[in-house]
Amino acid sequence: MAKSAKQTDNCKILDAAGLYYRELNSMIRELASNGCAEIVLDGVNGQRYIADGLREKVRIVINGVPGNDLGAFMDGPTVIVNENAQDGVGNTMNSGKIVVKGHAGDVIGYGMRGGKVFVGGNVGYRVGIHMKSYKDQVPIIVAGGRAGDFFGEYMAGGLLVLLGMGDEPGPVAGSYLGTGMHGGTIYVRGELKEHQLGREVREFPVDDDDRKMLSDLLAEFASDTEMDLGGIAPEDFKKLEPFSHRPYGNLYVY
Amino acid sequence: MPGNLVTSEFLVNVDHERCRRCKRCILNCGFGVFDFQSMTTADSSKCVACHRCAIFCPEEAITIVRNPLAFREHSSWDVDKRKAIWKQAQTPGMILTGMGNDLPWLNVFDHLLIDACQVTNPSIDPLREPMELRTYLGRKPDSLKVERSNGEFRLETKVANNIKLDIPIMFSGMSYGSVSLNTHRALAIAAEKLGTVMNTGEGGLHRELYPYKDHIIVQCASGRFGVHSEYLNAGVAVEIKVGQGAKPGIGGHLPGEKIGVEVSGTRMIPEGTDALSPAPHHDIYSIEDLRQLIYALKEATGYKPVSVKIATVHNVAAIASGIARAGADIIYLDGFRGGTGASPAVIRDHVGIPLEIALAVVDQQLRSEGIRNWVSIIAAGGIRSSADVAKAIALGADAVGIGTAALIALGCRLCQKCYTGNCSWGIATQRPELTGRLDPDWGAERLVNLVNSWSLELKEILGALGVNAIESLRGNRERLRSLGLDASTTEIIGVKPAGR
Repeated sequence: MAKSAKQTDNCKILDAAGLYYRELNSMIRELASNGCAEIVLDGVNGQRYIADGLREKVRIVINGVPGNDLGAFMDGPTVIVNENAQDGVGNTMNSGKIVVKGHAGDVIGYGMRGGKVFVGGNVGYRVGIHMKSYKDQVPIIVAGGRAGDFFGEYMAGGLLVLLGMGDEPGPVAGSYLGTGMHGGTIYVRGELKEHQLGREVREFPVDDDDRKMLSDLLAEFASDTEMDLGGIAPEDFKKLEPFSHRPYGNLYVY
Repeated sequence: MPGNLVTSEFLVNVDHERCRRCKRCILNCGFGVFDFQSMTTADSSKCVACHRCAIFCPEEAITIVRNPLAFREHSSWDVDKRKAIWKQAQTPGMILTGMGNDLPWLNVFDHLLIDACQVTNPSIDPLREPMELRTYLGRKPDSLKVERSNGEFRLETKVANNIKLDIPIMFSGMSYGSVSLNTHRALAIAAEKLGTVMNTGEGGLHRELYPYKDHIIVQCASGRFGVHSEYLNAGVAVEIKVGQGAKPGIGGHLPGEKIGVEVSGTRMIPEGTDALSPAPHHDIYSIEDLRQLIYALKEATGYKPVSVKIATVHNVAAIASGIARAGADIIYLDGFRGGTGASPAVIRDHVGIPLEIALAVVDQQLRSEGIRNWVSIIAAGGIRSSADVAKAIALGADAVGIGTAALIALGCRLCQKCYTGNCSWGIATQRPELTGRLDPDWGAERLVNLVNSWSLELKEILGALGVNAIESLRGNRERLRSLGLDASTTEIIGVKPAGR
C-alpha cells in the first residue's frame, strides 16, 4: 500500500505505474546524481534493476513490488521496500542497505561483498551464495522467516542470520545449507537435521562476541523492518561455520 | 618402499668445464633445481624445461634433455598414461595442469588453405595501398534510416555502443592472480599502443591500471571477485564469463598461495584464502537469467556492450543463438585448445570441441536465423599465428583473442606449470622475486611487435586475396579450401575441398 510522503526539494516522489524499467531507472539515476536525498517510488510493479549500480548515498522508498535484481551492484544507497521483493535482491552488492518488509525470492545477495539486506519474511532458494568479506566490508543478510535450499552455499565471508519466525510447518531452512562454505558465519534459530547441512560446516558454540553482535543486529533489524521479534534472544541461535578455509586443498596432484 | 615411482621428465646437465660458478642459474630457477656445494648441482626431478637457466647462463653450460630412460613401447599404454596412474596411486586427487590442451587432436586450422588472386581480380600490394584492419565490435542495426534535411544527411537510427579496434586482435582474459601484475601492466600498455583491448580475466583490475580504461574489457565471472560498480565502469565493455575453453563447465580454484596482499586487495578477499569460482553463475540457470544479468550490467554501465564468453561445447550453435537473443553484444568463443592457469588435465584434454568447427557452426546458425548482425563473434583458444587469424575471420569471426601467444611473446616456454606459482619468467606467479623479472615496458614492446608483425602478415594475405579490408574476408569461406579433412567436417565448416 502506498504510504503518504511529502515532496520537498530533497525528497522526490515518482509515480512508477506503467513506466518501463529503463525509463524509471534513468529518472532515479538523474535525481540521485543531482543530490536528491530521498526518492519515493509509488506504484512500482515488477520494474527490474532499481538502484542497480547506484553509488550515491540516496534513500529510495519503494511502494509496490520491485522486479528482479533490486540493488544489483549497488554501492551506497539505502532501499526500503514496503512490500515483497522478487529474485536477485542485492546481487553482487558492495555497500548500502536494502530492507524488504515482506518476503523476498531466490538468489538474494549472490556474491555480495558489503552492506546489509534485511528481509522481514521468508527468502527463497540459493540465498547468500558466495558472499565474501574483505577487511571492514562484511556483508550481512538477515531474514525473519525461513529459507529454501542452498542457504549460504560456497559462502566465503560475511554473516547470514535466519530468524525462523512465523508458524508455517516444516524446517527453518532447506537442504545443502552451507555446502562448499569456506568462510563467514551462519546463525540459524530453529531445528536443523544433520542431513540438511553441507559437508563443510559444523556447529560451533555461540560466544559472548556473537551474543553482543546478534543483539545489536536484531535490534537494528527490528527497527528497520518495524517488526516485533517477540523476545528472540541471541541464545536461541545455532552458529555454523566451515571447519576449513581451504576445503579443496587436497583435491589435486601435480 | 620407494615413495615416488615417477621418473624425471627432463635431465639437467651442467658442463663443469664451462661453468664459471656465477650462480645465475640458482637465482633464476623458480623451481629450485640448482644448488651449489663445491660446484653447481642440479636436481633434475624438479626441472620443467622452462629454459630460464639455459638462457641466462653466460657460458651456455646448461643443457636440458628429455629423460632418455626407455619404456617398453605400448601403443595403448603410452608413457603419459602410465605416469598418471603412478601419480594418482600415490596421492588421491585430480591431476592438475596449465596452459591449453596438449594432446594431438586434429587441428582444423592446419587443414585449411587460403586463396589468392592470379590473373583475374588483381592482387593488391599492401605496402603501397591502404589496407583496412579496423574492426567495430558490438551490435549492428538491422537497417539504417538516414534523414535528409537542408541538404545534410543525418543518421536517424540509434546505433548501439560499439568498441573500436584498430586491429582484429585482442588480448584474452587472464586474471590478475593467475598472472602477475607486471603481466597485466604489459598487456594494458600494449593494448593502448596497438589500439586494441586487454581483458581483465575474473580477478578484478588493479587500481593502477584504471587509467587504461579505454583499452580494457572487465570481466564478471561466477566468483564475482573484485566486481563492483566502479570496476564495471573501468572498461569499454563488460564480459560475463560463463565458460573457458580449457575447462568448460567447471569453476576455478586459485590457491591461497597466490593470494598475496595486492591480489587480495584487487579481488577483495582475505590474504591466503583460496579463491573459489563456482562452476556456474548461481544467478544464471537459463537464457532468461542470462538476459537478466546482461541487462543488470548494461543498467550499471550506461549501456556499454556486454560480451558473453563461453567454451565451445557440443551444442554451441544453439547456445550462441540464445546468447544473441538474450541481448549480448559480443559472443566470445573459447575453443578447447584455450589456455588456463590451472585445470584438471582430464577436463583440459577431453572436454569441448575445436574452435574452428564451433566458430563455423555459430556463424552459420546466426546467419540462418537472420541475427548475425546482433552480435560480434570473437574467436579464441588456439590462435597461434596470423594465418590462424585470417582463417578464423574467414570462418566467421569478427576478431580473435590471443592469450597463450601473448604469454609466449613475454617469454613463456609452455612448461604448463602455471598452477605451481613458480613461473621463472615472472608471468604466472605472485612471488615478488619472480614477478620483478618481467619488465612491463619490455613486455609491452614485445607484444606490440608481435601483433604489428601479424598485422603486416594479415595485410599481405588480404592483398593476395585482392581485397583491401578485413571486412571483405569476414565470414568469406569461399576463400578457404580444406586439405585432408574428412568429408563431414568439411561440410560442417562449410568449406570446399581443395581442387573444387
